Amino acid sequence: MTDTWLVRNMRAIKARAYSRVVGANREPSWVLFDVSLPLLSVAAYAYIYKYMDAPEEFVGFVILGGAMTAFWLNVLWSMASQLYWEKETGNLSLFLIAPISRMSILAGMAVGGMFATTVRAVSTMVIGILVFGVAFSLSDPLMLALVFIVTLIALYGMGMMFASLYLIFGREAYHVSSLMTEPIYLVSGFYFPVKQLGFWTAMGASVIPITLGLDALRQLFFPSSGGLYGFASVTNELLILVALCVVFLILSKFSLDYMERLGKTSGRLTLRWQ
Amino acid sequence: MAVMSNLRTFKNAAWLGWQMEANWTDPFLFAVYSVVKPIAGTLILVFMYLVITGGETNTLYFSFMYVGNAFYMYVADVLFGMTWVIHDDREHYMTLKQVYIAPINFQYYILGRAAIKIVITSFGVILTLLFGVLVLGVDITLSSVNWTILILGLVSGLVCISVMGLALGGITFLTAKHAMGINEGVAGVFYVLSGVVFPITILPGWAQGVSKALPVTYWMETVRRGLMPEVMSGLPGGTGLEGFGNIEMMLALLLSAVLFMFLSEGIFRYADRIARRKGKIDWTSAY
Repeated sequence: MTDTWLVRNMRAIKARAYSRVVGANREPSWVLFDVSLPLLSVAAYAYIYKYMDAPEEFVGFVILGGAMTAFWLNVLWSMASQLYWEKETGNLSLFLIAPISRMSILAGMAVGGMFATTVRAVSTMVIGILVFGVAFSLSDPLMLALVFIVTLIALYGMGMMFASLYLIFGREAYHVSSLMTEPIYLVSGFYFPVKQLGFWTAMGASVIPITLGLDALRQLFFPSSGGLYGFASVTNELLILVALCVVFLILSKFSLDYMERLGKTSGRLTLRWQ
Repeated sequence: MAVMSNLRTFKNAAWLGWQMEANWTDPFLFAVYSVVKPIAGTLILVFMYLVITGGETNTLYFSFMYVGNAFYMYVADVLFGMTWVIHDDREHYMTLKQVYIAPINFQYYILGRAAIKIVITSFGVILTLLFGVLVLGVDITLSSVNWTILILGLVSGLVCISVMGLALGGITFLTAKHAMGINEGVAGVFYVLSGVVFPITILPGWAQGVSKALPVTYWMETVRRGLMPEVMSGLPGGTGLEGFGNIEMMLALLLSAVLFMFLSEGIFRYADRIARRKGKIDWTSAY
């Protein structure tokens, strides 16, 4: 195959994804920790709703939100902050001198991490449904798949943009990621309908793709309560998510280039343990 | 002599932990970071509650849930801190080997690093409780607080959690990159089974049996009884532990804590031996 720019970058994606998949398979204990145990936190939230005699779909909201945390955590810890860790372990300079796009490296991380993340998310959903007996509707599977895929593209696009910021971070990278866990669970409505936060808060939180993605998925999985708890119509949310995909992918390209330049100028790209 | 050496290890590890936690930014930003996360975690529960009750927070269950969640921060942060020490030193700073072969008691090193977590978390717990009382009307009255029960229970529980963290630290020796998963999972077990945010009576019968074997269950009950005795005695449906008086509760906490201490020490030693045999002390995954 001719060694064109596209081929090189496809190879880079495959190579970066490969190390993640092989790494995960070589050390399979993640199956225990990432699949079965996180379900417990979801169960706790579900029991709160049960204790309060909440409508059944709220338990479903929690299960769905719990499953989607896997993707958010993957974006935060295995994508956004990954360039920082690569710097710490000495791989970043190798990535930067390779004749490939930085986005290929990040896309490879996303693809490679997607397997374990999807396993975690799906198992949370399946076990949650089995344990709590919540009925999820699949009346519009096409739209469901579309919303899910667009949400993930927008989300990982945002992760790429964050990764550029992390390029110039020192140890604050860890704290930033940590800070973006519970507060984002809160404003994005992972465990309750985001509409309850009020229009303007929900509107602001919609910049985070998972907010609208989750809201749309809830409406599709629970069509009867969509009008009551949904923030906007599924079609509108899908359109906004498509726009976010484009915006984040373009922004990530520019910000990666800018931060790389900034890092080179300030000499921080290979600075470790700062 | 050994005692002095261990105390010195503990003190220096705590100092190191403080530097690693706090010196990456200025004190104000650090304080903001330390407060935002726990408050946000608590507000998730508050909004879940408000969605269902339509804005009502003046109930006994709300206070029960809020206070339980505030104290649970210790469980999550201390367990996380102790597993993260192994992961961070080994994988990121690559200094675990040097610390491990130094002439110190390695367990005191981990405990020292965890101690600073307890101090930082305490600020989060106090602020969360203040926010609850002042803004959300959580039912805590200082004149009703049973300080003996509260302080004895709190200290016993923190020692117990720290020792359990040691066991998780040992398990982290044997796994790659899964410190967060281990912590999240074990903390999740306690969150769901220890009556942190709902009474254990809502759980299936077999799960209630497991609950009553966990020290965190008694710890949560003890600190709540100390902090808000009237709420605990009036909670509709009870907490599932009404059969225990305060003294029996403290004894149950101490007994289960001692059992878990032996168990944790055994797990740590076993994992430590296996890790040395398999060369995992300075193992890095780099993927």
